[in-house]
Amino acid sequence: MIALTDVTKTYAGGVTALAGVSLTIGRGELVGIVGPSGSGKSTMLNVLGTLDRPTSGSVRIDGYDVGALSDAELSALRAARIGFVFQQFHLAAATSAWDNVADGLLYCGLGLRERRRRAAAVLRRVGLGHRLHHAPHELSGGERQRVAIARAVAGDPGLLLADEPTGALDSVTSEGIMRLLRELHEAGTTVVIITHEREIADGLPRQVRMRDGRIVSDSGAPAHGVPSAGEPVGAP
Amino acid sequence: MTVDVRAPELPRVQGPLRPARLRPRDVVKVGSVGLRTRPLRAFLSALGIAIGIAAMVAVVGISASSQAGLDRTLAALGTNLLTASPGSTMTGGQAQLPDTAEQMAARIGPVTSVSALGKVPDAKVYRTAKIPQAETGGLSAYAARTGLRATTGATLASGTWLNEATGRYPATVLGATAAERLGIGRAGADTQVLIGGRLFTVVGILAPAPLAPELDTAALVGWPVAQEELGFDGHPTTLYVRAEDADVEDVQAVLGSTANPEAPNEVEVSRPSDALAAKKAAGEAFTGLLLGLGAVALLVGGVGVANTMVISALERRAEIGLRRSLGATRGQIRTQFLAESLLLSALGGVGGAVLGIAVTAGYALYQDWPVTVPPWAAAGGVGATLVIGAVAGLYPAVRASRLSPTEALAA
Ligand SMILES: Nc1ncnc2c1ncn2[C@@H]1O[C@H](COP(=O)(O)OP(=O)(O)OP(=O)(O)O)[C@@H](O)[C@H]1O
Ligand SMILES: [Mg+2]
Repeated sequence: MIALTDVTKTYAGGVTALAGVSLTIGRGELVGIVGPSGSGKSTMLNVLGTLDRPTSGSVRIDGYDVGALSDAELSALRAARIGFVFQQFHLAAATSAWDNVADGLLYCGLGLRERRRRAAAVLRRVGLGHRLHHAPHELSGGERQRVAIARAVAGDPGLLLADEPTGALDSVTSEGIMRLLRELHEAGTTVVIITHEREIADGLPRQVRMRDGRIVSDSGAPAHGVPSAGEPVGAP
Repeated sequence: MTVDVRAPELPRVQGPLRPARLRPRDVVKVGSVGLRTRPLRAFLSALGIAIGIAAMVAVVGISASSQAGLDRTLAALGTNLLTASPGSTMTGGQAQLPDTAEQMAARIGPVTSVSALGKVPDAKVYRTAKIPQAETGGLSAYAARTGLRATTGATLASGTWLNEATGRYPATVLGATAAERLGIGRAGADTQVLIGGRLFTVVGILAPAPLAPELDTAALVGWPVAQEELGFDGHPTTLYVRAEDADVEDVQAVLGSTANPEAPNEVEVSRPSDALAAKKAAGEAFTGLLLGLGAVALLVGGVGVANTMVISALERRAEIGLRRSLGATRGQIRTQFLAESLLLSALGGVGGAVLGIAVTAGYALYQDWPVTVPPWAAAGGVGATLVIGAVAGLYPAVRASRLSPTEALAA
């Protein structure tokens, strides 16, 4: 699904956020990325999600060589195959949960009726069937993140990238969000989660540890095996 | 090292990646996000555009309505009236029309009617003898032929017109302005004015005569009584001639030499309907000035929209980043902000056009003109706002689309 090969990223100021990262993530995996602040986790996730291009090295997603794709093609790739969840939710204010999710499907080429139908279905799936008409300010933090997750997966992407999805939530609420992400993983989605919290990371089947722009450990060694498509880890 | 079991062994057939196109409806939807979330700001910047468009539409509309009013007046009065009056002699003195001028003019083939007015010099007009001599009020006494009213197309506001009988007696018909200045509202047997020191009964009052404005300030008396009582010399000072519509210009060409064959150069021939149209044309220059002012207002409105769009794009960086992460292309972000700018100014343009039409209608009805707004003015106004919206929105839209997704999200 994803292959990073010798990826480096140096920002304009001369900061090297990624200093040669190689990482392969198979279809259907659930991966946690951990590491101290400033170690390059978010940078790597952005590169994984094609929001940013690496300074050097190659990125392949779903067989596409990201470096060879135009901006429009990358946008199409994101629209169809990648979902993002952010720490700050990024929900549209004064817009119902339903419309927030439905509008997230704008760039998938679906008509309004179909967008709304799918949005309602996915909101029910994340347990917010009773909050369709609530605006973000009428929702709890955990509910807002559920809306954001619903928006990310409404287009049925194969890959879900979450940058500290529980960073703004208390531990009980975080629990619920993690359970939801696990469920999505069990349904076949490849999920990559950045997290600061040990307990969360410990509960994930594969952990990638970063420091100073490098991967210092990866529990997903070849010996563990990587599930092939259609056989997600943890599926019954 | 981890191994991906899929990628190397099963190179899947990859279709070309093509971003989905936004439907027109969805373009309007994303373009109106800013308007819905910040309605007051949207309203105010649209208002700037609206004022400019309203000013321009109203200026054009009022000018067109006044033209339509004039056309209607001319259609009612006819454009086939000619006048001939004595100009100056070669030596610079006041010329005279010969006594025979009327009969001569009537012999011109296409002429349908001829009438005359003769100024009675030194005959002042007063309401009563108590008013001091100096205050003549700009009114003059004229001897009028009985056919004058029919030829000039003047209508009576009150009373009757002079006839063969009243033309021999001290009876007068006042022009509209003259009656007003003298404070006379109605004609009547007991209403009298002083003309040249003699009392005349006011038998009629004329309505304003657009084709013969000199009648408005006149006190008209019969030709015989003017000669007998006021010392009028019998020389007409203005000849009024109606001709067949098709031949007006031919008649105009020969009227001078016909009225005064001895000194055709001393006759001034004019066509009052042309004078009315010329007066209207003089107003056009002013219309141009107002139109320019409207254009400046429109430009200022456009700057307001540009300002709103720059701020909107700056404030909504996170939204832009999110949309990019959801799969929006640069072009789609550009389209969104351009659509917002266009919607904003279209709103202003349509509002302004409606306002301009309303102002035109109000003013035209007040002036008793037919309400006329040329469709090109309203359409052109709205079209201009779209151009302005596109220009104003272009830079902010391009800037928003150039933003890298990660930078935008970090904002
Ligand atoms: N846009 C940028 N321009 C310059 N330097 C940047 C930029 N973004 C990140 N950096 C730097 O790159 C390094 C890695 O940043 P990154 O955000 O990837 O860290 P992180 O592991 O996500 O940290 P955190 O856990 O605090 O979110 C940091 O030193 C940061 O200062
Ligand atoms: Mg981070």
